[in-house]
Parts: sequence; C-alpha cells; structure tokens
Amino acid sequence: MPDHDAIGAWRRLRDRLAHADRAARAAALAALAGGIRRTAISTIHAAGLGHTGGDLSVTDILTTLYGAVLRIDPARPDWPERDRLILSKGHCSVALYTTLTTCGFFPADRLATFAAPMSPLNGHPSRRAVPGVETSSGPLGHGLPVGVGVAVGLRLRGSPARTVVVLGDGELQEGSNWEAAMTAAHRGLSSLTAVIDRNGLQQGARTGDTNDLEPLADKWRAFGWEVAEVDGHDHLALLDAVTAPHAGSRPRCVIARTVKGRGVSFMEDRVEWHHKVPDAEQTRMALEELR
Amino acid sequence: MASQGAGRRADPHGARGTALTVEETYDCRDAFAAELVRLARADDRIVAVCNDSVGSSKLAAFARKFPERLINVGIAEQDMVGIGAGLANAGLVPFVCGAATFLTARALEQIKADVAYSLANVKLCGMSPGLAYGALGPTHHSTEDLSWLRAIADLPVVVPADPAQTSAAVRWAAQTTGPAFLRIGRFPVPDVSPPGEPAFTYGRAARLRDGADATLVATGTMVSRALSAAALLAGHGVDARVVNVSTISPLDREEIVAAARQTGAVVTAEEAVPTGGLGAAVAEVVLETRPVPMRLLGPRTFAPTGETAFLLEHFGLTAGGIARATLDVLGLDAGGLGAGGLGAGGLGAGGAGGVGVDDG
Repeated sequence: MPDHDAIGAWRRLRDRLAHADRAARAAALAALAGGIRRTAISTIHAAGLGHTGGDLSVTDILTTLYGAVLRIDPARPDWPERDRLILSKGHCSVALYTTLTTCGFFPADRLATFAAPMSPLNGHPSRRAVPGVETSSGPLGHGLPVGVGVAVGLRLRGSPARTVVVLGDGELQEGSNWEAAMTAAHRGLSSLTAVIDRNGLQQGARTGDTNDLEPLADKWRAFGWEVAEVDGHDHLALLDAVTAPHAGSRPRCVIARTVKGRGVSFMEDRVEWHHKVPDAEQTRMALEELR
Repeated sequence: MASQGAGRRADPHGARGTALTVEETYDCRDAFAAELVRLARADDRIVAVCNDSVGSSKLAAFARKFPERLINVGIAEQDMVGIGAGLANAGLVPFVCGAATFLTARALEQIKADVAYSLANVKLCGMSPGLAYGALGPTHHSTEDLSWLRAIADLPVVVPADPAQTSAAVRWAAQTTGPAFLRIGRFPVPDVSPPGEPAFTYGRAARLRDGADATLVATGTMVSRALSAAALLAGHGVDARVVNVSTISPLDREEIVAAARQTGAVVTAEEAVPTGGLGAAVAEVVLETRPVPMRLLGPRTFAPTGETAFLLEHFGLTAGGIARATLDVLGLDAGGLGAGGLGAGGLGAGGAGGVGVDDG
C-alpha cells in the first residue's frame, strides 16, 4: 500500500526543511498546505461528502506536524518507535487522508474512492483500513484518552516517541476530554501534546453561543497543562509551539486559533460550511482562490 | 482462593432427594487476579487499568508486584477504556478492569469505536456482573452488558462459569491478539468444569451432561444451577442435557443446533436480560435452523431490593426455577416443583451477603 515515490518526495522535503532557513521553511510548508487544501476540496466535491470547513481549518496543523515534526516512517506505519498523531476530530478525515498521501502512506489516487462503496476511506478514519490512522475516530471526545494511553504506554516501554492529539474546539464540550486532561497532568505526560483547532464554530453555531469554552487557556492551565496560543495558520508559529523545549513534566496544549473554511473567501467563518459540499462552480472558485 | 461464601454447607435441595453433592464455592475474581499476576510475571507487556477499583477488581496483589504497570485512572470509565486502546497502540496488553456495569454502560462508545472497531488489543474485564451487587440496586447491576456487547462486531464476549474457566479464559485473552470482553463473576460458584479437559475453549460450548429430552443452556453463575436443575428433572423422568456457553459471542452455533435437533426443547438461563443476551443469541440460532419450543430465563425488570441470592430466586434463576421452566416447555406438570417448593433453593444460595462496590 505505501507509495514509495511519494515517500521519497516527502523524505526529501523533510531533509530540506530541516536545513532550510525560516523563510524557506515557511514557504515550503505553505506550498504543501495549499496543495492539500486543493486536493481536499476536489475530493469532497467528487465524493459529495465531507466536512469542508473543518478540513480547511485543520490543514495547516496537519501540514506542520507531518511536514516538520513527527518522526514517522510511512513505509512502516506500525513502526513501534514512531510518533503518534491521533486526529480526534475524525470528521476532518479528508484533510488527514490527503496529508497521509502526501507522506506516502498510500497512493494519492485512492482519494478518488473517498466515501465510495467499499473504499477504505470512510467518512471517518478507520484504523483497520487506513495505514497511518492510529485509532478509529469520529465520535467526539475519544482522541485524548487514547493519546494519554499511548503516552503512558510508550513511557512504560522506555520509548522517547511523542504523541500528538489534534482536537476540534467544539468537541471539548465532551467531558471525556477533561477526564483525560486530568490523567495526563497527574501522570506528568510531557511527551503528550494536544493541538486544538480553535476555529470557534461547531456544527450548528459558534461555540461561544452554544456552550462557551472560554476562558479556554485558563481551563487547560487549571488542569495542569502548559499552554501556548498561536495563529493556527502560521506554520512556523505552530512548529515553534509544538517543538519548544519542555520546562517540566506537564503535557502541552497548543491552542491554534484558526478560521473555519480558511483559504476560500466564501467559506471562511461560515457555520453552514461545516459539512456543506461545494458544487461545481463553488469548487472552481475555491480552487482558483487556493491557487 | 475460596470466597467469603466458600465452605458454606448449604444443601439447597434438601429432602427432595436429588443427591446433589455439597460443594465449595468460589469468587471467580480471585482466579482472575491470580492468573493475571502469573501472566504478568512472564510477559511485561501486560498491564492493568482500573477505575478506582483496585479492591473490587482484586488488583491489590498485581499492584504490589507491578506498581508501575497498574494504571488507576480514577473514576473515569471513558478515559479508562480510551487509555486501554492507547496502551494497546503502544504495544502493551492492557486488562481494563471495572465493575461491569460502569465499564460497559459508561464507556460503551469507547468499547465500540476505540476497541472493537479499531481492533485494539484490549482485554475488557467486567467485574461483579449481573446481580452480584445485590441490594446496592439496579444502578449497580450489570444485566444489560451481554446484550450491548453482543451487538458489537469483532468483540468476543466471554463468560467463565467457575475458577478454572476464569483462569483459562484470562490465559486465552492474554495470548490472543485483539479485543475481548471477559465477564468475571463475584457471586460464589462451585467448580463445574470437568477435570482432565480444557476448561475453556474459545468459541466452543461445553456439554456438561448429555440428555435427550431438553437442553438447558446456561452461562456464568447459572451453569451450576442448570446442572442441579438437570438432577431435579431426572427425578421427574426428564433427561436434560446441560450446555455451558462460555463464549456468548461468537456463539457455538453447532452445539445449539445439535441441542435443538436432538432434544427438541431449549431453556436458557443467564444473570442478564435474556432480551439480547444468551437467551436471544440462542433463540436466533434455533429460529434460523431448527425451531423448537424455548424458555428464556433472566431478569426482565429492574430488580427489587435484596441480596443476590434473593434476587436470583426472585427471577426464577435457581435450580428449581430452571427445572420448572423445563417442565413447562415440555408441557409437563411442574408438580412438586411449584413455586415455594424446590424453587426456593439454588446451588450457592446464601450468596455474597452484603457487598459494597469498593469493599474488595
């Protein structure tokens, strides 16, 4: 299943980024993210299904992590010493699938099967079907407990690998996250990072009008986490926040301030684009804007 | 090894002359705990996860021997099951332990998505299931777990009936990659496994007694009572087969079909709602293959207040109750087995007495 050409390209990119100056690094990640956004829009349009707004808000987070942070080997998705990325907001599967193809976990042409009968690429990622998916997600509030378990397990095994959980902001209304947040802090899981795609919108309305999460950073601090707040579309800011040296044993929360529908003017910060699918003309316009 | 109910010399069938041996009874959690420690000594991937249930999950010895491998998450079942899935992802073999009702009801979505659908190598251990918590009431009874879990694909559901089966099932779980649910009984039970045979074979039911007139299909605490019922029925001229179903899912269809075909009547007994549990599982197979008259025994309402032994009697889950249902399904007169007669008894009567969730 691995796409060895894509893996080669991804490895060369990782090498280049490791040695590039900040401006070059930022430009390369921006180019990568632009390609992922375009592919995601096309994939959603072709399938007639997807969570367009959230896919676009989480893209820069996934791009930064897979492009410059995670120690992984797409040719060996089960490599025991790999870093783990868990996409808790599983409805943004298209952004994840597209990013995984960019790394070469599986060939990009599989994206054309997204949501089609018998495709491994379901609306929500399945661990049993998709290389690179660490746990099946979709129901919200599941990723962080799993991430805590991974981090505890890796530490028990003496592995230095890190665990990153990418969460939506709306899903923080699920209590299971706060159970896991307590456990992570209690156990001093400094190898665990939660990145929150803080786009401020959930399916039906603004998070602030539904069940307000603020003061969000204070909540995480009160739960024993160190917190960084960054522009979630600034790749270098994300990179710095995720890779900053640890001061102590606390797990890290990166609140990535994002815009739902980022990059497509008529989708940005519009609640209806949570799972609206662009028609042919909207797709054409979106791809034009994302050029 | 023997439980607090051990050594009670109750002869529940008394003067009716059923010639049942008086037996020691055991709390299967002890066998579970001892086996887990044995396995953990040999395999450092084995860890235990619990929800403030070190005592009631009998993990104290495990905690003493492997303190760093006991992950007590506190009172947080969703977290606990998710953490179990994460530990499995990291290459460990987690036994996730909690009172069966909280484990399965509170974390059902995690069990479905993080464990079964993700094919995570997690061993879910539902402790003190069924009516084991007696007078603590229906909030603490785990009578729906078999129905819920049986509905989840790729999740083996295992209910050992005695200490030997419990140990063997724990070994099987540790040695098999993939999800599993083990229902670990607290209510004292006697040994039912025939000596000299493998105590537990995954996916296979055990015919503990042959018979031609009807089949009593039982699981967990009901197996010994079904054997006693068969002895009672023998006194009424009924030759009853007894089948111990220790793997509820996937069910041993062959054994069930044989029961229906060869004996023509089936009675199921479980400490769980039969609407979805063992009863429904067996009925599905019987209906699809060889329809015969059936009776499905198990609690169908929230339990009233009372100790476990009383509740089992209340719901007809005694040797007498099973025997009465068998005579009924055969269209025979219950005669001396009428309510208030032998039905009042049951092997293991006396039960666990007053129990608390955290009293160990």
